[in-house]
Amino acid sequence: MQYEAVIGLEVHVQLKTRSKMFCGCTTEFGAPPNSQVCPVCLGYPGVLPVMNEEAVRKTILTGLMVGSQIARFSKWDRKNYFYPDMPKNYQISQYDLPLCVSGAVEIKLEGGGTKKIGLTRAHLEEDVAKSFHFETTSGVDFNRAGTPLMEVVSEPDLRSPEEAFAYLTALKEILISGGISDCDMEKGQMRCDSNVSVRPVGQKEFGEKVEIKNMNTISGVRRALAYEIQRQTAALQKGEKISQETRRWDDAAGRTFVMRTKEYAHDYRYFPEPDLMPVVVSDAMLAEIRKLLPELPEAKRQRFVKQYGLPEYDAGVLVADVTLAAFYERAAQGARNAKAIANWVMTELLGKLAEAKKTLDDCLIKPEQLAKLVALIDAGQISGKIGKEVFAEMFNTGKSPDAIVTEKGLAQVSDSGAIERFVDEAIAKNPKSVADFKAGNEAAVNFLKGQVMKFSKGKANPQLVGEILLRKLKGS
Amino acid sequence: MSEGTGTFDISYVAHLARMHLTEAEKATISAQLKDILAYVEKLNQLDVSNVEPTAHAMPLTNVFRKDEARDSIDPAKVFANAPEQARDLFIVAKIVE
Amino acid sequence: MNLHTLTVHQLRDKLRAGDVSSREATQSLLDRIQAVDGRLKAYLWLNAEHALAQADAMDRGGIARSERLLGGVPIAIKDVINVEGQPCTCGSKILKGHTSVYDATVVHHLRQAGAVLLGRTNMDEFAMGSSTENSSWGVTHNPWDLERIPGGSSGGSAAAVAADEAFAALGSDTGGSIRQPASLCGCVGFKPTYGRVSRFGLVAFASSLDQIGPFTKDVPDCAVMMRVLAGHDRNDSTSVPQPVPDYAAELWKGVKGLRIGLPKEYFIDGMDREVEAAVRAAIRKLQELGAEIVEISLPHTDYAVAVYYLIATAEASANLARFDGVRYGARVTGDDVIDMYARTRGAGFGPEVKRRIILGTYALSAGYYDAYYLRAQKVRTLIRQDFERAFEKCDAIVTPTSPEIAFRIGEKTDDPLRMYLSDIFTISANLAGICGVSIPCGFTTNPRLPIGLQVLGRSFGEETVLRVAHAYEQATEWHTQKPGL
Repeated sequence: MQYEAVIGLEVHVQLKTRSKMFCGCTTEFGAPPNSQVCPVCLGYPGVLPVMNEEAVRKTILTGLMVGSQIARFSKWDRKNYFYPDMPKNYQISQYDLPLCVSGAVEIKLEGGGTKKIGLTRAHLEEDVAKSFHFETTSGVDFNRAGTPLMEVVSEPDLRSPEEAFAYLTALKEILISGGISDCDMEKGQMRCDSNVSVRPVGQKEFGEKVEIKNMNTISGVRRALAYEIQRQTAALQKGEKISQETRRWDDAAGRTFVMRTKEYAHDYRYFPEPDLMPVVVSDAMLAEIRKLLPELPEAKRQRFVKQYGLPEYDAGVLVADVTLAAFYERAAQGARNAKAIANWVMTELLGKLAEAKKTLDDCLIKPEQLAKLVALIDAGQISGKIGKEVFAEMFNTGKSPDAIVTEKGLAQVSDSGAIERFVDEAIAKNPKSVADFKAGNEAAVNFLKGQVMKFSKGKANPQLVGEILLRKLKGS
Repeated sequence: MSEGTGTFDISYVAHLARMHLTEAEKATISAQLKDILAYVEKLNQLDVSNVEPTAHAMPLTNVFRKDEARDSIDPAKVFANAPEQARDLFIVAKIVE
Repeated sequence: MNLHTLTVHQLRDKLRAGDVSSREATQSLLDRIQAVDGRLKAYLWLNAEHALAQADAMDRGGIARSERLLGGVPIAIKDVINVEGQPCTCGSKILKGHTSVYDATVVHHLRQAGAVLLGRTNMDEFAMGSSTENSSWGVTHNPWDLERIPGGSSGGSAAAVAADEAFAALGSDTGGSIRQPASLCGCVGFKPTYGRVSRFGLVAFASSLDQIGPFTKDVPDCAVMMRVLAGHDRNDSTSVPQPVPDYAAELWKGVKGLRIGLPKEYFIDGMDREVEAAVRAAIRKLQELGAEIVEISLPHTDYAVAVYYLIATAEASANLARFDGVRYGARVTGDDVIDMYARTRGAGFGPEVKRRIILGTYALSAGYYDAYYLRAQKVRTLIRQDFERAFEKCDAIVTPTSPEIAFRIGEKTDDPLRMYLSDIFTISANLAGICGVSIPCGFTTNPRLPIGLQVLGRSFGEETVLRVAHAYEQATEWHTQKPGL
């Protein structure tokens, strides 16, 4: 019997706002624990929430980008449950009247063609705190508590781990392009849970679904789903039943494990939040937010041509992928040689990524670092050839070009004294070539040049080498 | 329509509220709540089929604040009342997933 | 000079004239508290040095002599309102040792007005109760008869003002917790329209019903306090951006031509006869003063207590969930975190709070939400509509504040439902969001206990309520009577 998978994804996205959802604490990442908190996000007695307007607007913008219906009347609800990462032991969320309903994300299928993945809804809520676990205790950091969190729920339209991967990638591109979120999964800005079930091909009813948590990267999602589908299929083939449970993905072990069942876990006792007023989305507000819809690809292409002086073809390659375009723009901004940067991105960067089978997300090189590399070459501090070496090292380690050049002593040698010594050495060791040159074979100088470069371990400034070599050859 | 008068499982409700009750408390509260729930049954006498629930006393909407960050409170205040803290974290018994 | 017997107005006159200093006024209260609070137990916390230091600052800085509305006047605060640096227990063991880390907005207003923050008063735990017997720290005694309750939940504040232990005090009202104790203690207690006064810093009981309000010795003091406390607050999304009128300005307008509504459902059998007699006499007095009496009906009155005890407990069950021993409050360790929660909350909450948390949790739980919480919110709409219709026919509504006078301590503790039913006259105003006041209108004969008259006004109709209350007060002397402590 053939089985097919049915997958739905719930993605939680931290919105790129300056302050938290219901208080003015900053949302910056990486601060010392409990240094970005106040009585409101700590859930102190007597505090009250006040809505962050930008978070609401970003959620509406997301809805517009994915073709949702924007609720004209939307409200807040309390979702009641107890957990140490919950400052109030209820989460302010949206239950029956979320900001966005339905919509779709288009994905490219592996075999070619596209597919629309339906969205059920997108709503706003507040993020919970972060826990750290020690031997006998746990510690809670409330910096994250209260960060605006947008939950995007897909319909169970996905049928394979690859489709899930494509969906997450596409969703991420949309959110980045709209300035909604940076979607950096490592920083917890995008988190994904999945509901997976398996059914015999042709059956209309869904099978028993299992919730999978703790998938921390987009490729992790693909791996987890592949494992879980296989696990459920094998079980059904053996005649076993699938229990509705929550399982935790362990990437290192490559399997899912049942999480300790939380009894009575799901009576959230939702009721309308009395401390917050509803949101009424007017035509004027929608019109204003529509203006923020991101640049369409064609417009972007034209802009790249004009702004960065790129040929049409190059611009086309760069804008085809939103993340790539964003990377390029960050590198090219303020740089002298935008075109050189484009070349590096298109040939070296894309080349290395393809070779290593990585995506730009996994790439260790930061755009600013690439710009620095190009600047070093342009300033004559290293040669283009050495530049490629440095680039490779950057790609493998994520170190800055300056650090690599210093560590490996790759700085271009432009000291004429040193070069003279190498040139003397080359001339002395290659009398035949010298003779050839003197006999009229201008090309022989190239061999000598190569020798000088070899002696200098590639670090000699090629232009100077040429000058000094010719001077010495003609002189003697 | 008396769906409300189902069996009242006080242990379950106490668990939802994460609140320990002694057996004596459970007995007392159950008995008292039985009376109270019987009393509130009178609400079923009314026809509310065309009535909107009151969500808020005042019809305000779109009460927003601008997305501006301001300083956090003093660390001293953060932990002023913490029952247990270490390494700038609020410490609790180990949370088992 | 018995400074402590003065009203806020009288004290302000003397302070402005330089006849008296804030320190003297504060000291006079401290002396009075020393003399009587051992018997009353109205105060939970008092820091004499701290209060005198504030008073000195008011004197030195010229604030006591300034035009600031409460310049140099000591005010007492119910232990449910946050004052930075002061303890805040809400009458509960679960907050034993807790210190506030921020000021409530109303406290900020008091400071701006030049008030001296005197001390913190006793209350029913988390504002749940009508007698102050539910305080974890012991009950407050009624200044008129020490064997009796002062009312609740703001019993401490009411007793303090009635006994001249405070010139004025703050309380909170969710189902009558300002008006009822004011009635039982013989002072003035005002519940503002919902959204009129900021709730930021008020430890929440029922978010859609709570309001902070003043206890005073007379109506003009109440007008001043309301002027200081009212106003829109960006930190409270439920606070209404309506300008604050000068409440004192309309006080003297009298009641000629005003229509006073008497809801027939509030004059029922089973009311204490002397209470009924006093209230009817008060109504006749208002007629004498020129008011037109109109009979009105609030047909859903009988359902108010049921509605209240479902909505308030549901909201409270969520509001009190934060007391878990993680970030503040008393903690009882357990085997794991969930065990810690259960033990902490089991040990920290008193019986009334536990009862309401269980009821509220149940009313919201799966399968019961529609039958209880949702239905209650719908009936609430009907109650609100009753008042809207009534206010088309009248400008203010007059009722008894409480169907009974102060009962003996311990008399009702075994029967929570009976206790809840005594809130019948005050509860509807919270459900409808309207404003109201309780003012003294007489005494029972034996024992001699205060009787309260309630005046209710439409939303943001505080001026009319104060005007009616003031007219009555000016024509009578109940408010000048003091308990014989």
